[in-house]
Amino acid sequence: MSTILEMRSITKEFPGVKALSDVTLTVEQGEIHAICGENGAGKSTLMKVLSGVYPHGTYGGEIVFDGKTAEFGSINDSEAEGIVIIHQELALVPYLSVAENIFLGNELRGRGGLIDWNRANAEAAKLLARVGLDEQPVSTVGTLGVGKQQLIEIAKALSKEVRLLILDEPTAALNDNDSEHLLELLRQLKAHGITCIIISHKLNEIAEIADRTTIIRDGRTIETIDMSDPSSTQDRIIRGMVGRDLEHRYPERTSVVGNEVLRVENWTVFHPTQPGRKVIDDASFNVRAGEVVGIAGLMGAGRTELARSVFGRSYGRNISGRLYKDGREIKVPSVADAIQHGIAYATEDRKAYGLNLIDDVCRNISLAGLENIAPRGWVNSNEELRVAEEYRASLNIKTPTVLATVGKLSGGNQQKVVLSKWLYTDPDVLILDEPTRGIDVGAKYEIYTIVNKMVAAGKAVVVISSELPELLGICDRVYTLAFGRITGELPVAEATQERLMELMTIERDQPLPTKDYVS
Amino acid sequence: MNVIAGARELVTRHMRESGIFVAFVAIVALFAALNPFFLSPNNLTNIVLQYSYILILAIGMVMIIVAGQIDLSVGSVVALTGAVSAVVVIREGMPWYVGALAALVVGLLVGAWQGFWVAFVGIPGFIVTLAGMLLFRGLTYRVLDNVSLSPFGGTYYDIANGFQNGLLGGMGFDVFTLVIFAIAVVGYAVSQWRTRRGRVAYQQTVEGLPLFALKILIVAAVVMWFGYQLAQSRGLPNVLILLAVLVIVYGLVTQKSVFGRHVYAVGGNKHAAELSGVKVRRVNFWIFVNMGFLASVAGIVFSSRMNGAQPGAGNMFELDAIAACFIGGASTTGGVGRVGGAMIGGLIMAVMSNGMQLMGVPQSIQQVIKGLVLLLAVAFDIYNKRRAAALR
Repeated sequence: MSTILEMRSITKEFPGVKALSDVTLTVEQGEIHAICGENGAGKSTLMKVLSGVYPHGTYGGEIVFDGKTAEFGSINDSEAEGIVIIHQELALVPYLSVAENIFLGNELRGRGGLIDWNRANAEAAKLLARVGLDEQPVSTVGTLGVGKQQLIEIAKALSKEVRLLILDEPTAALNDNDSEHLLELLRQLKAHGITCIIISHKLNEIAEIADRTTIIRDGRTIETIDMSDPSSTQDRIIRGMVGRDLEHRYPERTSVVGNEVLRVENWTVFHPTQPGRKVIDDASFNVRAGEVVGIAGLMGAGRTELARSVFGRSYGRNISGRLYKDGREIKVPSVADAIQHGIAYATEDRKAYGLNLIDDVCRNISLAGLENIAPRGWVNSNEELRVAEEYRASLNIKTPTVLATVGKLSGGNQQKVVLSKWLYTDPDVLILDEPTRGIDVGAKYEIYTIVNKMVAAGKAVVVISSELPELLGICDRVYTLAFGRITGELPVAEATQERLMELMTIERDQPLPTKDYVS
Repeated sequence: MNVIAGARELVTRHMRESGIFVAFVAIVALFAALNPFFLSPNNLTNIVLQYSYILILAIGMVMIIVAGQIDLSVGSVVALTGAVSAVVVIREGMPWYVGALAALVVGLLVGAWQGFWVAFVGIPGFIVTLAGMLLFRGLTYRVLDNVSLSPFGGTYYDIANGFQNGLLGGMGFDVFTLVIFAIAVVGYAVSQWRTRRGRVAYQQTVEGLPLFALKILIVAAVVMWFGYQLAQSRGLPNVLILLAVLVIVYGLVTQKSVFGRHVYAVGGNKHAAELSGVKVRRVNFWIFVNMGFLASVAGIVFSSRMNGAQPGAGNMFELDAIAACFIGGASTTGGVGRVGGAMIGGLIMAVMSNGMQLMGVPQSIQQVIKGLVLLLAVAFDIYNKRRAAALR
């Protein structure tokens, strides 16, 4: 095997911050090379250096690609050499067709400089076959799921005769089936001699697919390990990433369960724009003080829809069913009412639904509980700063000041800002929707610790997640949700991943198992 | 390092507004150097009188722009409210305050009408107010029966043309004006001092005492100089008092009130605001009602200044108001902008128009230069944003 890429002593400084110092990365021809590291460790910066987003001259060190010293001035330069990067946030135009997207910026010109659509569609069909996507080249991209869009991105990369494909968190938004398909595709590409760098937080995925893994921490290379070596365990990777032994991925907790805080009965929700489509069908669940309750469901099962419809009817139409808080029935027609009743909901998509990214940490934390520091409608901004500083200290939010823009923080710290916002409303019930999505192992542990602190303080917590080990690690009870129905309820002692998955895949018209359904 | 990073963050945050302030000072200095008459008492008074209604409109517009909307109808609303007032006062012969009240009611109704379509039907403000621009212009012609009405005369005329002068006597200059300005300066110093004390009590970093004193002193000197110039001329214009009250009230509402925070939250991320308990529809509704209110205030001031109502009044005012906001650092995508910034933006346009008129620059060239200034201001804004992003 020959070396296709060598990045030597890469150093990249931003004013006041050294993002990369002396990072070395060697990638062999035809391998799948994983890069692991906590958020903010410098993985993305390294890839931006490689792909020319940070042009030659703005960083120290040397890049050797294919035996030649590379001095990329822009993304176009690196693409011309066959380096293609696919970002976590997909860059497809939703209103254009599959073929139009694949050849966007790289259009196949026919006679007179006009686009030869017949050839473009034919070529696109070939590329789609290569990535194993059964869609028409003329379909509109926006109508396809995230998994399929990911494959279109790869098809687009293949159209550029890619030699080194870089995938940033490719499976973060995918369900298990789509992830499996994507990994299989990467293996096929490898068989065709395409080298691949994959950035991922999913360690079992890396163990499955990567030939070698480079671990980065705090802008430095820790080590590169050969995955075929039996000593290359997940624990070793985690140790390298966080710089300490993480003996338990979930913090210990002894649960003291009290009285019921919230009960949802016969909850039915219809789709907001497609009348007659039931999104949630007769769901009932409850949560007690000092208890962590999990809701396990696959993507599309209606997890977020269930939570948001309960949270002040912020989703759905023709909602029916009852809500009980501390045993008394309550009406919650708006989000403000939900907050008033001590219900909080931290969204799964913090960028789109959780934060005002252009505003500062301080104002994001205070937004939902602004009444607390605004007697008679006027905000006490000194008190606001004090509150923000308090949460920054207690939740360990890493930011230079609370006046820093939230959009500049790493994912884990943004999530802590979202949690601070909801803790400040002093809720009795906190619904956490995918609280650890897209954040690193160390920050995950911190989030679990925060959850434990809350239940220790007598609050009730509902955690929605598709990561079953996480639910089994932190919950007291787990409900399963499938196609809008609660299909089971298990105390965590009786729950296994297999049993949960079985319950999570019960289809709409199948009967529910009765023995697990205790109320 | 944290302190340095914090300071830099603070500078980049305020760079856009302080940058525009520096530009304003430079423009004033340029015209003062080119034309000695520019800083004369009479001319300064003229600038205030000529552009006050644009500044009043810009106060409401900046809130609309921060919320991520736009209002194209304000010029027509200025015309309509002025016309209603003229019909009541001039044609019907009612007292001046009935006319002003009628104008305010019409302004509020117009605002509620547009707010309804934006907030509760969900039509973008651009479309609703584009329709409003035609609708209210047409209504203005109907109300006035296609003719101009004048003159108002009396108290109504004094709203925009009157001065507070001689209340406390004078010796070549008006003592009352100076007293008002002195009170304003002392009030400013006291409120700054209290803010500073509050910050210290909450262990926030504040600038050193000498720097703080210097800042207050410079502001006091400039303001008192301006007051002295006015006192030497015709005294304190009524419009300036009105404008000062509006700027203070709306400055507080946008920066310190829960409602103001909600406007920024809606403009920054509508979905996140909604899921944080902000009543997005209500916010959208009230900012348009407020815009209607301020448009009617501007309508009263403008009709008073013109001493009558014309069917074509207020044409293109919306564009001047919008330009003032963007020059003053408001973001085209919402979530960013300040009343103070919009005032500086409006003053830049006012000073440039006035300065160029004094120098006898042809109208055509004036338009070209104003267009370029708007373009450059927004380009500067985008450049700053990129630089801030590259710091990360």
